[in-house]
Amino acid sequence: MENVLKVGAAPHIVTKHDTRSVMLDVVIALMPALLAGVYFFGYRAALIVLISIASAVAFEHIWNVALKKPTTIGDLSAVVSGILLAFNLPSTVPLWLPVAGSFFMIVIIKMAYGGLGHNFMNPALGARAFLLASWPSYMTSFTKPQAKLFPVLSPDFVTQATPLGILKEQSGEALPTYLDMFLGNLAGCIGETSKIALLIGFIYLLARGVISWKIPVAFAGTVAALAWVFGGDTLFTGDWLMHLLTGGVFLGAIFMATDYTTTPITESGMIIFGIGCGLLTMIIRLVGGYPEGGSYSILIMNVLTPLLDKYIIPKPFGKAAKKIA
Amino acid sequence: MLLKTFKGGVHPNDCKRFTKDFAIEEMPAPPTMIFPIIQHIGAPSEIVVKKGDYVKVGQLIAKQTGFVSANHHSSVSGTVKSIEAHFHPNGSMVDSIIIENDGKYDVFEDVKPAKPLEQLTDKEIVQIVSDAGIVGMGGASFPTHVKLVPPEGTRIDYVIINCAECEPYLTSDYRAMLEDGDDIIFGCKAIMKALSAPKCLIVVEDNKKDAARHLENLLKDEENISVVVVKTKYPQGSEKHIIFSATGRKVPSGKLPADVGVFVANTDTAASIARAVKTGMPLISRIVTVTGGAIKNKKNLRVRIGTPIRNVIEAAGGFVAEPERIILGGPMMGKGVFSIDLPVIKGTSAILAMTKEDLGINVVTNCTRCGKCVQACPMRLVPVTLAMHSKNENEEMLKKYHVTDCIECGACSYICPARKDPLQMIRVGKRYVIDRARMKKAQ
Repeated sequence: MENVLKVGAAPHIVTKHDTRSVMLDVVIALMPALLAGVYFFGYRAALIVLISIASAVAFEHIWNVALKKPTTIGDLSAVVSGILLAFNLPSTVPLWLPVAGSFFMIVIIKMAYGGLGHNFMNPALGARAFLLASWPSYMTSFTKPQAKLFPVLSPDFVTQATPLGILKEQSGEALPTYLDMFLGNLAGCIGETSKIALLIGFIYLLARGVISWKIPVAFAGTVAALAWVFGGDTLFTGDWLMHLLTGGVFLGAIFMATDYTTTPITESGMIIFGIGCGLLTMIIRLVGGYPEGGSYSILIMNVLTPLLDKYIIPKPFGKAAKKIA
Repeated sequence: MLLKTFKGGVHPNDCKRFTKDFAIEEMPAPPTMIFPIIQHIGAPSEIVVKKGDYVKVGQLIAKQTGFVSANHHSSVSGTVKSIEAHFHPNGSMVDSIIIENDGKYDVFEDVKPAKPLEQLTDKEIVQIVSDAGIVGMGGASFPTHVKLVPPEGTRIDYVIINCAECEPYLTSDYRAMLEDGDDIIFGCKAIMKALSAPKCLIVVEDNKKDAARHLENLLKDEENISVVVVKTKYPQGSEKHIIFSATGRKVPSGKLPADVGVFVANTDTAASIARAVKTGMPLISRIVTVTGGAIKNKKNLRVRIGTPIRNVIEAAGGFVAEPERIILGGPMMGKGVFSIDLPVIKGTSAILAMTKEDLGINVVTNCTRCGKCVQACPMRLVPVTLAMHSKNENEEMLKKYHVTDCIECGACSYICPARKDPLQMIRVGKRYVIDRARMKKAQ
């Protein structure tokens, strides 16, 4: 038979969205929060994000070259990790800190376990936990937002406690208003303060079908419910809005707890994951030793994910149906 | 208003615009026609002609063997040139009847109209359908007369005519609805009569609203036949899912539509039944959408069964670009073929000549466990996990994850951003589990 054609098995067509385009969508969704971070914390925030991205991509590339593996930086996952790591740092950290974080994030958590899709916990949060344990003083000195793009070049930072820190220490400092919390005009990490910017990113991700609403809504909903019930002096008097709008709940719920690799793949698994994150966050906030528990709660749920995926087997279509007489 | 639909599924670009506005053209048959004895699911048919015989249009050339089998008829008049093994669209060599077309199209004497529908009994209708060699024309080619005789004690409440045409590119059902609406409705009535079914639903996706409206106009005076518009989503045309969307009934796993009181037939099947009753002409032609980026004049053709694909592509103006892959059927479930010297058979709904661009880019990365395949699976399975267990031939886990419920629609492989193509692995695992079960039974 002359001119034999190439064959292939169905389906013959594939969606336009591939790993790279999905990662690009996440990068785009992170842009409003990045702009807000730079607006509130000045050029230094941008510098830290850039260093973090560059070092994350560089470490991944060096790893592949050193182990003679095909290059994987084209999938843009290192860029996403780099941005998320920087978002979890205060703007005052020394410039070598994001590099150290990137090393732990890319080399230890991601590549040593097999690269994209094989890490057992969220790389950015794992690196944050590493940095927090190693250099706690750098990681917990937050500055007051300056709300101007180019502050004085030798930054003379005014440190300020985060609202959750104020609550924990019961220092009596004034809390920011809800509007400031929503816009991002409060002390905190670079990417976590502006809730409105994170929400814009959330809506973009939902519209593009990159993530599902289940984990973020379950996470935030649980935080709000528990804060309302247990957050006050007596039951059902807690300031749930304050708990929702401060700390890393938005950043964590939208961008960290929806990381594909370290979260369940089934719908009910996602709901349980979200509720678990919310529960652990509030336990750490209300009775734990740290002011903020978002990142640890996600890390704990990350390592529980294989169990969730193992024990949740969805019912197939038609399996539960009763015969119609 | 929310349209009726099912959970899961994907939304591929439907690409129907290339051919939807072209009316069906009759394609003249070429000099040589190929009739394989397998054009259906079930036992291969038995050849009843021999080399040198003269056959006419509509004459039986291969008769059914057993109940689950189908008759096949000549679609041209001419001489039987040879009976030999010929390549079949399924990839293997199948005994085929090669007929030299004399171009006269003399109609066989026995082809004559049956009694009016009102006077036919249910048994007579089933006999006509069986004699006419009608099979499901959506692609699976299951003999229709078998489905028209449901198991004892089963009551059919709904006849569903599957006009969803959820596969991208395909427009044959759409054109049939616009051009052969009367035949489709006549076919509905014949099926309803054969099954004594009280209601008939013609189910159309909402990207073909004009066709739905056209049918509604034709159905103005019919009380028992109605048009149901459902959401455009792949695989809306899957039997189990169209039943759910239209009636809310779920076919239990391992059961048939008849078990929930539903009968499903394809658009062209209904029209073919109408033709067989009205004129006595058996199934000798079908509508084929010829499209894809490599085809010059994309169009809908009425092609006589047995026409080699090469001639169909020539009738559509040939290639304008290098075809990367030629597919019989839709791009989601159709078969890629290695040659164009294969015949159009009863289940060939389309011939797609796809260019590299049509097929999409395949940059394989690691699986990110994004779970999009889980969201997309219309059977609510976990494709990524099934693929893993298939790879490890883990029979126990494959069963635990219900591998045999997979309908192989390809939604998981379509949606996968890492291009891991889980369906390929799942097919292997499904076969493995089924084979093991058979082996155990045999022991």
